[in-house]
Amino acid sequence: MPARVVVLGGGVGGTLVANLLDKSLGHDARVTVVDPTGMHDYQPGYLYVALGEASGHWLSRDERTLLRRGVDLAIEEAVRIHPDAQTVQLRSGASIEWDYLVLATGARLMHEAIPGLAEGSFGFYSLPDAERLREELRRFTGGRLLVGVAGIPYKCPPAPVEFTMMVEEYLRKKDIRDRSEVTLLSPLNRAFTIESASTLIKPIMDERGIELATFFNVEEVDASAHTVTSLEGEKRDYDLLVLVPPHKGQQVVIDSDLGDAGGWLPADKFTLQVAEHEQIFALGDATNLPISKSGSTAHFEAPVIASRIASRIRWTAPTEQYGGRVMCFLETGNGKATALRFDYEHPPVPPQPNRGWHMAKWIFNRAYWETVPQGRLPEHAPGTMPKEVAR
Amino acid sequence: METTDITRSIDARGMPCPGPLMSLIGAIREGTVGDMIEVLSSDEGSKTDIPAWVAKAGHELVEVADDDGYSHFVIRKVR
Repeated sequence: MPARVVVLGGGVGGTLVANLLDKSLGHDARVTVVDPTGMHDYQPGYLYVALGEASGHWLSRDERTLLRRGVDLAIEEAVRIHPDAQTVQLRSGASIEWDYLVLATGARLMHEAIPGLAEGSFGFYSLPDAERLREELRRFTGGRLLVGVAGIPYKCPPAPVEFTMMVEEYLRKKDIRDRSEVTLLSPLNRAFTIESASTLIKPIMDERGIELATFFNVEEVDASAHTVTSLEGEKRDYDLLVLVPPHKGQQVVIDSDLGDAGGWLPADKFTLQVAEHEQIFALGDATNLPISKSGSTAHFEAPVIASRIASRIRWTAPTEQYGGRVMCFLETGNGKATALRFDYEHPPVPPQPNRGWHMAKWIFNRAYWETVPQGRLPEHAPGTMPKEVAR
Repeated sequence: METTDITRSIDARGMPCPGPLMSLIGAIREGTVGDMIEVLSSDEGSKTDIPAWVAKAGHELVEVADDDGYSHFVIRKVR
């Protein structure tokens, strides 16, 4: 009888684990992906939608088209995980049994966690938010534009910086830059979580006249007064406010008592096994690992989980470990980008922004659908291997 | 400082930057005025980040001490 592997979540991590398991185990495993929408979204594209550089239609595909034929897809919402009974209860009332469970459930955007955020700000962390922001930017005729992060952890740590740099260029092209002030509100004492990249981009922000406001942890937005207040007691006026909403783990994780206070799954940083549950693994945004929540993280974690589960099913000792590898691009506007490549032991050493990395990001954006979900991107493709590790 | 004065203790040892600071910020958000929050951090960056944030946010840094491989901070929530 084939081993039953259930994967909750059809994002980059879940899809890749499912495809790799089906490919390596064939008839020895029955792999089922459970996803509430059955659609697969390419979230890094939202940034470009907000800035009017791309339309939303290339950012979403039917999950079925990305899965190998041997993988089953259940378009259902998981409402409760029962680790002892090894079942997942679904919203429809049905239940799925598993021998191995992979939690690729991602993160939720909690707009309501900050008073006034939903009414008073715009965002680009979902397609509807990005489309709404695109329209607002088209109407914008200049003024105080604030970009901020309303909670840590959040997905894709460089994205607010990228948006800030790119919107500054957008305002110049629209010929309203001289009537505008652009400010990045950071909860930390630097532009964002990664120190070396923050150090690299600060002079570029200065050169472009972008203000960096540090230690600004958003507490409240007053939509009618057009002000945003920080926990540190600072109040700022705005004409256009763009915020990354606070994030939280999925309700099914919380309701199943598997997560921490934020709903994040406590996973072993090397094996990705969920604490105290030998048959359950977690990856991507859903974990509590101290590493970027990003598609890249999930992409590099997925082969480790697939290999460890395959080893267990084939009665061999699992050896693959996740070393914390992440690779992401950081757009700096003006047609340039840099790259952040790092792991648990090696912080990134980003190169000066150049046109090559910007081109690489565009190529990756276009190639994503045919490579990443299927595991076709070579493990050591140019740009994916941190140089400092390769040495 | 009596340990009984501490109303909340955060053991952030082993947590990389900005984990210890964000844990403190979370505790300040959830706490009430007068709370004494203890943070243990092995992250070198905390030595500058935590005092700088406490000063900016208008709270009181009651105690800073280095221990074996980690730093120990006590912060009073002032407002």
